[in-house]
Amino acid sequence: MPVTSNDAPVRTLTSPTVQLLTADGAFAPSESAAEFLPYFERLTEADYRKFYRDMVVVRKFDTEAANLQRQGQLALWVPSHGQEAAQVGSAYATRAQDHVFPSYREHVVGLIRGLDMVDILRMLRGVTLGGWTPEEHGNFHLYTLVLASQTLHATGYAMGMQLDGATATGNPETDQAVIVYYGDGASSQGDANEALVFAASYQTPQVFFLQNNHWAISVPVSRQSRSPLYLRAGGFGMPGVQVDGNDVLASYAVTAKAMDDARAGHGPSLIEALTYRVGAHTTADDPTKYRDPDELAYWVARDPIVRFRTYLQGLGVEQEFLDSVDEEAADHAADVRRRALEITSPDRSVIFDNVYAEPHPLVVEQKAWLDGYETSFDGSES
Amino acid sequence: MTTQETATAAPTSANLPMAKALNAGLRQAMLADPKVLMMGEDIGPLGGVFRVTEGLHAEFGEKRVLDTPLAESGIIGTAIGLAMRGYRPVCEIQFDGFVFPGFDQITSQLARMRNRHEGGVTMPVVVRIPYGGHIGSIEHHQESPEAYFAHTPGLRVVSPSNPHDAFWMMQEAIASNDPVIFFEPKSRYWPKGEVDFTAAGTPLHASRVVRTGTNVTVVGHGAMVSVLLQAAELAAAEGISLEVIDLRSLSPIDYAPILESVHKTGHLVVAQEAAGFVSVGSEIAATVTERAFYSLEAPVLRVSGFDTPFPPAAVETHFLPSPDRVLEAVDRSLAY
Repeated sequence: MPVTSNDAPVRTLTSPTVQLLTADGAFAPSESAAEFLPYFERLTEADYRKFYRDMVVVRKFDTEAANLQRQGQLALWVPSHGQEAAQVGSAYATRAQDHVFPSYREHVVGLIRGLDMVDILRMLRGVTLGGWTPEEHGNFHLYTLVLASQTLHATGYAMGMQLDGATATGNPETDQAVIVYYGDGASSQGDANEALVFAASYQTPQVFFLQNNHWAISVPVSRQSRSPLYLRAGGFGMPGVQVDGNDVLASYAVTAKAMDDARAGHGPSLIEALTYRVGAHTTADDPTKYRDPDELAYWVARDPIVRFRTYLQGLGVEQEFLDSVDEEAADHAADVRRRALEITSPDRSVIFDNVYAEPHPLVVEQKAWLDGYETSFDGSES
Repeated sequence: MTTQETATAAPTSANLPMAKALNAGLRQAMLADPKVLMMGEDIGPLGGVFRVTEGLHAEFGEKRVLDTPLAESGIIGTAIGLAMRGYRPVCEIQFDGFVFPGFDQITSQLARMRNRHEGGVTMPVVVRIPYGGHIGSIEHHQESPEAYFAHTPGLRVVSPSNPHDAFWMMQEAIASNDPVIFFEPKSRYWPKGEVDFTAAGTPLHASRVVRTGTNVTVVGHGAMVSVLLQAAELAAAEGISLEVIDLRSLSPIDYAPILESVHKTGHLVVAQEAAGFVSVGSEIAATVTERAFYSLEAPVLRVSGFDTPFPPAAVETHFLPSPDRVLEAVDRSLAY
């Protein structure tokens, strides 16, 4: 049973939470998993290896990025340690034609959609406010730093898919859907609730993937909600399901069903993935000030990577594979570090560029003024 | 011309109230571009509480005229997603005082989305806001929040003062690839004016001299323009000649006609219904002082709503700048 440092009713990882792998890595589907088993059965051992590799790669990347921040190379880092299974499982449930609206901690979802992790670091190094072009990177949209704002953008985008006739045609190869990521803290925002209202009202092809990592910086989930968050879905008129977010197979299966349903025109749904933010909120945070070490230990013992490795070993996956993944992760992290250090600062013109699509006199004048002012110092020594 | 031709030829002009001119402008924009959508509360079969979207739901259907849930942040936030998808949403905010639940999506998201994407997306979203007093209504229904939006980089802000401009500026705002906050002066929804359907005459972001004069330049936007024209009539009877400028655009502000006028008159009075502190009028006063200092024979004076909440309607005539309040400032300016 989780140790909680607050007066919340304690929830356990028992039914109705969908689980395929126990915390010890044994395959033992929960009763609630029955309807999701056909989706799990789509997976092959090759898929398992990809899941494992991506979880390990992003864990290592996460450590490297935190190191870069500590060494003054990033303004901030947002760790995803502990949430890898929820993110990898859900990301693999998307198809190429889908659109993904992340919050700002879904690094491995970006990786799976084809994003270069250095692009994320560019934003956190302070050389851009965005970092990539979603259409060129697997329809993985930009990180949004105002919590839950992106839930509405995702819903509007999904409304656009409907208006375009790009969904619910009966062809799963082309029908589109949206998945939007947010968290237990963001679930309290008005925008998250308005997005659920609009999604239900227009029956958008959309999955709300709520990662309940139990902490919104220093505030426990009990401050956000007295009832399990997935139950809120019913109030909005859509299905809700709670999944063990540290179980990559369950996360995949639950999301695959929800996305399939969305593409097929069955409307939106909400998934609450129970997971844990093992690290700090960001590198500016100190969780030892507010978190019970026993709670942390409870969740570390349920590490999603260790659990899945145990499962793979039980299947007979060879040690050479596991070692090669560690090697690949180390190489990836080293490569990201090397290229992160090569990120250059942009020209000052980015201050003014793209504020407007069409010239705005004030911005045009100020850009010219700054150019004149800064160049007035050129050659002043000569 | 035969009788038959007379019956079928599209009229080149009409005498319309602004609400109908806006409606005609919206309809033209929807006919011109199938990506143009209407979104808002009660804008469907009802046609909006001011009937500005009347008939559009019947003509274009529920996929292009969306009655939304009652949530302003939801309206703006989903419009952003639709714009990302290539649509051109026109969002109606029911009343000025109800825009603030959508303020975060407008200022933190809509205004910055293009910049954050380094030009990779455009945000052709129009937010229509009926605004201003003179209609004797209850709290939150008579406000002038334009400065909040004019202050926000990434937004364009406009306000027509007459039906002709309303018809054309609406279409131009919808055609803009930048987000436009479109303030509709609701006290001017009903007076009729001539709309020339053949040519706009003035670009979206241009200010315009609407009455020439020689002694004092007076500047305003939206409903204030008619107040200034009334003031000019009264002043003329006393031998004082006011040059009246309709701002039309609050971001950007087109200073050329204002500066040209001030070079001529040496006096400037800026009038607005909004509270004066940190207002559009303050900005104009500062800029004209910077750019036309040696032409000014008096400080730039502001005539504004007071720095109080919009009062109960029973006393709104004491709050809102009237022709006499404008003339009081004109007299002060000329006394320097």
